Order: sequence, then structure tokens, then C-alpha cells
Amino acid sequence: MSIQITIDGQPVVTEAGENLVDVAAQNSVYIPTLCYLKGKPCLGTCRVCSVRVNGHFTAACSVPVTEGMQVEVDTAELADMRKALIESLFSEGNHNCPSCEKSGRCELQATGYEVGMVVSRFPYRFPLRPREVAADHIWLERDRCIFCQRCVEFIRDRQTDQKIFAIKGRGTAAQIEVNTELANRMPPEQVREAADICPVGCIIEKGVGFNDPIGRRKFELQSVRERALGEEES
Amino acid sequence: MSKSGKNQTCSHDLPATQLDPALQAARDNKIKVAMIGLCGCWGCTLSMLDMDEALLGLLDKVTILRTSLTDIKRIRERCAIGFVEGGIANEENIETLKEFRENCDILISVGACAVWGGVPAMRNEVELSDCLREAYVDSVTAVADAIPTIPYHEDIPRITTRVYPCHEVVKMDYFIPGCPPDGATILKVLDDLINGREFDLPASINRYD
Repeated sequence: MSIQITIDGQPVVTEAGENLVDVAAQNSVYIPTLCYLKGKPCLGTCRVCSVRVNGHFTAACSVPVTEGMQVEVDTAELADMRKALIESLFSEGNHNCPSCEKSGRCELQATGYEVGMVVSRFPYRFPLRPREVAADHIWLERDRCIFCQRCVEFIRDRQTDQKIFAIKGRGTAAQIEVNTELANRMPPEQVREAADICPVGCIIEKGVGFNDPIGRRKFELQSVRERALGEEES
Repeated sequence: MSKSGKNQTCSHDLPATQLDPALQAARDNKIKVAMIGLCGCWGCTLSMLDMDEALLGLLDKVTILRTSLTDIKRIRERCAIGFVEGGIANEENIETLKEFRENCDILISVGACAVWGGVPAMRNEVELSDCLREAYVDSVTAVADAIPTIPYHEDIPRITTRVYPCHEVVKMDYFIPGCPPDGATILKVLDDLINGREFDLPASINRYD
């Protein structure tokens, strides 16, 4: 059913039930995201896509559009809120971009550029979360995990549909775990999918890293904003 | 380290030859800029030099009082803009940064180490005692048969237990991330500030690595 909503005061005609992040992108409005993957169920974990819908703060990825919905994206308050969320993720982990294999193809880093982060307003915590290297083809740099749960929900054992990744513990004790037995059954393309789906440099494919020269890396060829908006047009 | 005493004289306390009065007068009207290096690798200072001939275009407005080229310990007069490379890893860094803060109108953190600690901050994940033991006692490059010694002397600045970003020690006004940031990025910031424009690092040139 065709409906009309407004995004930052501009009328937008779309279909009822479409995801707000997608509708905004179709109309050239970029809403930063980290956990959201187009076509996959909403996770709503990172809140980086926070907007106002009919006056209330909410994560845009969790909103199916409805008739008459009034959406605010581009306000100073919301932009600063999204920036603060990104900054908190940089503070809570060890995001040492200069030494990270994922640099240049890291969604957290690329989104940091888009929201204009230059430093975190929160104290850097330097958490200690030991890396996990037991699996044959995959290892986890746990201090880079942002707990988006993409891997937990979307990377599953192909025979049993069991989850391969899980988050253990709560609060500051939380850390990402991998089931070594199931991980060793992952075919190479699924290992690559897991590494690619990770929006930071936490899930790393063994033997792979620093492959693309600086200047030719994923988000240097096309920014995360251009990708988010461009993919909608094709 | 930074104060002249009985056994040492700091370069900034040495008598300097007076400049030609005309040159001094021309300089007095310029915006004074300085850069110091704390716990970093000097790469950001090299990026400063990477401004290359573009710097010439700014020299009508700017004079540079201290960089690695004029390696004095302390600036001799107040500066409008101070760039800081490196984070805080010892007591001398703290003293140098505080003194720089008091003598600069605007302070800018340049590079990952100044902004959040950078590579030196990787030692924040281990105890300082473990770090020193690994470096001096259990080091694979330790001299065979020598008595393992962790250096300690009044002339060696005491190391801090953690590495801190500059803004956790003094107020920093602006931040240029990067490891190191490009010379062109530093140039843009300097050019904006001396021409009265707002600090702005658009996504196209903002880099964390």
C-alpha cells in the first residue's frame, strides 16, 4: 500500500511496512548504521541509526514505516547523539586503527568518518579481552567486538542451523565466543562471510590481512555513505 | 630535563643572537606556531614537514617558533597555535605539555598517540612491572651474562603507569586523528585557523590510520 511520510519535512511516498533506513536511503537521506544489514531481520543492538519518529527517539532500523510518520534525521541534537554512540564504541574497545587488519574496510571506522568523530568524549577504557585463536580458520580479536550480534544471528552451521558465535557474560564481562567444532566445519566462503559481516576487526580469517594497499581499500574506493545510498539505486 | 641547573644548560636558556630589527618587527606581527613531540614516533612531525612548499604560502602570516627543526626544549614566547604529537607516557611529558598549554592560545592534538594514546597505549593492557620486565629483564635481546637492570636515574623521566591521551592531562582545543595525518590535513587545519575559519575535518580527509 502506498503511503506518505515526511523525512526532515520533505514528503516521501513509499510502501507501508518498508524499513525506515531503506526508505531514507531511497530518498538520498543517509542514516548511519552498524548492526543493520539490508534484507536481514533487524537486530537493533548498536542504536547508531537513532532518529526521531513522531517526536520519539528510536533506532531507525527497527521502524517499519506507516502513513503520516514524521521522521527527523538531520538535526544537530540527533547528529551529536549518533556521534556519541560511535565515540562510546571507540572508548569501550581497543580500536587501534593503525595496527588493525580491518582498517580501510571497517564499518565502525568508516561510520566514524561520516559522523565526524575525531576523538571520543568518553575516557578510553583499554579493556582486556583475550583473543581466541583455537579454531582452524578463524580467530577473534575480542577487544574490538562491539556486540552487534550480526555473527551470532546470521552465521549459522549449514547442517544444523545452530549458532556458531555467541556472547558470553554481561556488562563489562561480556565477550564474544565461537564454537570451535562448528567453526572448523565452516566452508571457506562462510569463513569469509563471517569476517566480512563483522563491522569491526573482531572476526578475522586466518592468513588474511593487509591485502589491499592503502588508498585502494573498500571504503577508500567508495565511502560507507555512498555505499548505503548507492546500493539502493541499483 | 627542562630546567637549567648546575650541571646542565637548556638550549632555551642559552643567549641568542638578536635578530635584525626589521626582521624582528616583521615577525612580531605574525601568528606564532609551535609543535612539540611527546610519546610518539615523530611521524606526525614528519607530516608537518610534508606540508612542503605549501608552507611557503602561509609564511606571510605565520612564523614557526618550535618544531623538530628548531629543537629547543621550551618556546621563548607565547604562541597562538600549538601542535602536539604523542601521548603522555612519563612525567617529563606531563611537565612539557602543561608548560605548552600555559603558553599557547590554541592546542591541537595531532595523530593517534596524542588523540587516544596510540601504539604506546598498547602497554595499558599489561602491568607496568610486566612491561619493564619484558623490555629489560626477560628481553630476547638482553646482553648475555649481564645483570638484568631496569634503568632508574634522576635524569631519566619516571614512566607513568598508563599512557594517556593529551586531553586527559590538559584541555586540548582540536584533534587531528591519523597515524600519521597527512601533511595536507595539518595544512588545512592551520590554514583554516589562521584565516579565521572554523576547524573542520570532512569525512573525505578524516583518517584514523
